[in-house]
Amino acid sequence: MATVTDLDGQEMPPVSPARRRFGWAWVGLLPFFLFSLAFMFLPALYLVVGSFRNNAGDLTLQNYEDLQTGIIPGAFLTTIEVSLVTAVAGGIFGLLLAYSVILGGLPRFLRTALMTFSGVASNFAGVPLALAFIFTLGQLGFVTVILRDLGFDIRQTGFRLTSKFGVELVYMYFQFPLMVLIIAPALEGLRRDWREAAENMGASAYQYWRHVALPILTPSILGTMILLFGNAFGAQATAFQLTGGTLNLVPIIIGSQIRGDVLHNPGLGYAMAMGMVAIMAMSIGLYSVLQRRAERWLRS
Amino acid sequence: MSLGGGGGGTSSIPPWAVMRYITRRRRPEERGRRGGIGNPFAWLIFVLGALYFFVPLVGAFLHSIRTRPDIFLAYRQVLDDPKFFLGLGYSFTIGVVTILISLLIIVPTAYWVRLKVPRLRPFVEFVTLMPFVIPPVVLVFGLIRVYSSRPIVLTATDFGSDLLLVCAYVILSFPYMYRAVDTGLASIDVRTLTEAAQSLGAGWTRILLRVIFPNLRTALLSGAFLTLAIVIGEYTIAVFLARTAAFGPYLSLLGRSQPYTPAAVSLISFGLTWLAMLAIAFLGRGAQTRVQVAGAR
Amino acid sequence: MSFLELTGVQKHFGPTVAVEDFNLAAERGEFVSFLGPSGCGKTTTLRMIAGFEVPTAGTVVLDGTDITYRPPNRRNVGMVFQSYALFPNMTVGDNVGFGLKVRKRPSDQTKRRVHELLELVHLGDKMDRYPYQLSGGQQQRVALARALAFEPEVLLLDEPLSALDAKIRVTLRHEIRAIQRQLGITTVYVTHDQEEALSLSDRVVVMSEGRIEQIGTPFEVYNFPQTAFVASFVGTLNVLPAVVVDSEAGGLSLAGQSFRIARPVTARVGSTIAVALRPEMVSLGERLTQDNNVRGTVVDVSFLGSIVRIRVAVTEGVVVTVDEFNEPTLVLPQIGETATVSFPAEGPLVLESIPVVDPDELIAEA
Repeated sequence: MATVTDLDGQEMPPVSPARRRFGWAWVGLLPFFLFSLAFMFLPALYLVVGSFRNNAGDLTLQNYEDLQTGIIPGAFLTTIEVSLVTAVAGGIFGLLLAYSVILGGLPRFLRTALMTFSGVASNFAGVPLALAFIFTLGQLGFVTVILRDLGFDIRQTGFRLTSKFGVELVYMYFQFPLMVLIIAPALEGLRRDWREAAENMGASAYQYWRHVALPILTPSILGTMILLFGNAFGAQATAFQLTGGTLNLVPIIIGSQIRGDVLHNPGLGYAMAMGMVAIMAMSIGLYSVLQRRAERWLRS
Repeated sequence: MSLGGGGGGTSSIPPWAVMRYITRRRRPEERGRRGGIGNPFAWLIFVLGALYFFVPLVGAFLHSIRTRPDIFLAYRQVLDDPKFFLGLGYSFTIGVVTILISLLIIVPTAYWVRLKVPRLRPFVEFVTLMPFVIPPVVLVFGLIRVYSSRPIVLTATDFGSDLLLVCAYVILSFPYMYRAVDTGLASIDVRTLTEAAQSLGAGWTRILLRVIFPNLRTALLSGAFLTLAIVIGEYTIAVFLARTAAFGPYLSLLGRSQPYTPAAVSLISFGLTWLAMLAIAFLGRGAQTRVQVAGAR
Repeated sequence: MSFLELTGVQKHFGPTVAVEDFNLAAERGEFVSFLGPSGCGKTTTLRMIAGFEVPTAGTVVLDGTDITYRPPNRRNVGMVFQSYALFPNMTVGDNVGFGLKVRKRPSDQTKRRVHELLELVHLGDKMDRYPYQLSGGQQQRVALARALAFEPEVLLLDEPLSALDAKIRVTLRHEIRAIQRQLGITTVYVTHDQEEALSLSDRVVVMSEGRIEQIGTPFEVYNFPQTAFVASFVGTLNVLPAVVVDSEAGGLSLAGQSFRIARPVTARVGSTIAVALRPEMVSLGERLTQDNNVRGTVVDVSFLGSIVRIRVAVTEGVVVTVDEFNEPTLVLPQIGETATVSFPAEGPLVLESIPVVDPDELIAEA
């Protein structure tokens, strides 16, 4: 190593080259990666490997072939449909809700109330949520009864909580809050001086939203809808409780296959899970891309 | 990627100034620009939303008071049932341990990524989002397979299974914790704070403990709180690891055995959770970071 | 009648008075600056002209029309924001053309106008760039082009240069003034930088704590400050406590040393008054040709480039700042030396009935 002298001719201690210092920095991330490996990737590996095994334990591609048979394609389609519908509808109304408390001039405490409520509601899924809706809109639910007393029998219109539409309606309970929570910062990130600049140039409120605010928000909105899609796709307990398993959703089928309830073909279950993982991974990838775009604009 | 949370609000006008502005004496040309206190459109949306959220809760409540002759019988039963508190207590404890471990892993990691290896940030983010991708039932099965055979056997003992439960929950908490911490770090200038601390002679531990953690208070609270909510409500993993003492399985068991109690229990836990959230919002007032994301299953 | 008139304008935020009794009559084509420290109300007043705030009292009249309560999107004033506020989702060209698009001008006309303005601010080749691809100075120029595109009647600028580097600030402000002259547009410019205000404006409005301290040309405001605040805010100033010895003849005494000013003093003999003296009026060294010579000890010598600033303490707490032009032959005094400062009798201004304002106190409050 060359010695370095300063202006007075004194020798200075040797400095390690920057190259070497950078190479070791990732070590700081080791605990995190190791933990994830031990408790997430390793078990997940079972998923991958298991999808290639049949009941006898031999390696096979049969499971993937079976993905295309029976109720499975239909299940994927149904799940995708339900997730898409709740993502879009949940995204739109969630956006409106967030707008109402952040930009709509409502009293400040309503905003805190909505945000905290959303934090709770977005986790309220599963059995309690399903039960709450059954007690409200089910056959003997109090709203059903009230409406019937008023002369309007909702069951005549074909509405059933156990239908696809019913499940979608219930899913909104955690989709709306999720949208509200995630899009709120983006709405706050809409700088006041953009609005003022637009007004200054003569834009009406509609023109401002159409040409400035919504375009700026679009990557965030789309990205969050994708997240909502993934969220709905993975949801299981709620639908199961609501429909008793009569609606074929991918996570429900996976659960029953792996648990050994019905046909007990865990390999098939794993293969389905792989399909699900693929779909989710794509969604998250898309979400990342859109978020980067949004970040860049909102930061400028 | 920014899954909720952000730094800095837009409005620096005090609320009473806004109210004054909105309720000022108006000249004709001005009317129609903002209609009254708050936007009527905003009110409409809010009321619709509130209806949607509260009606099912009302439904659950009405159902829970169907017991005769004492309409609050269900609630009394719940509060008298030792299993309620045991379940809550157990899950709460598991939750706290989960939070601690998660914080210990996530905070230094997020900090390190921001400061030293920003290039690895996408990888870390991807890993933290993985728990969204893997269905819980698959995760728990995988965990059981891996840790019920040599070299590490955890499923045989209660303590081992509890440990496994905690580790699984830590994994589940990653998306929220990392998101919360990352956003919190973004809104304080981490690099400058660190450099200032270093120039004053602080070592890494001290920097983390005395400089970073305190400034992330709200972010940590909200991440911690969401993790707690998830742990208390979680069912699948707890059941498969035979942790029937947990609150999720308790609730499910209740649903099968008694008609009115589950409604009461879920309302109680909903209420308690909301109160706690409000407490956090209250504590975190004035700080820059915000209440964070949650997801459902 | 003037082109832009603000009469009796007041702005209250609850109990706080942000702007009080603001009166201004600006002519067509005039460049007026609002100058003052943070919180003095200059931005609030500007925003009332733009329509983002509504006055609690008073009127804003533009070219004969009362626009006090008109919403901001119907005022035809162009504003340049401190933070540029360029729309990030639009290209430079779309940003500049936004005002025209909103007014439903035909697109070829819009395109032509956008080109014209971008050429005016020397950014003709950046039309398809996005704001985040531009430097701060470039973004501000786009903001200026955008504000001018729809031919507003008034141009408002809210501290447009404060986020930029010093060098760019100087070039850009000259550009802004040149464009303003070329277009002949009435302009209101808000700044806390007195150099900007003095070098650009036809008239300066000096504000403090919501009130107008003085309105005048830069020359007037600098050389004939009417209040102690103006005197100490605009330029460096010596404010000296002098004891009146002879009211008629303008004889005063500073720490026992007598000196004379050119006009009679209204205060009675024996009272202490505040006397303002610009550093450039003071010379170092005894000059028998000068009316006044005062001795003291050198406490500080600062080299400011073209100027050397020497501080001489006449007595404890009374320091006279002297600015000398920097020349190679200048002999700098040493700290601790005795020195004499001299100034003409016309130099000092009496700041009547106003307590002595210590400039260092102003710094502490900032």
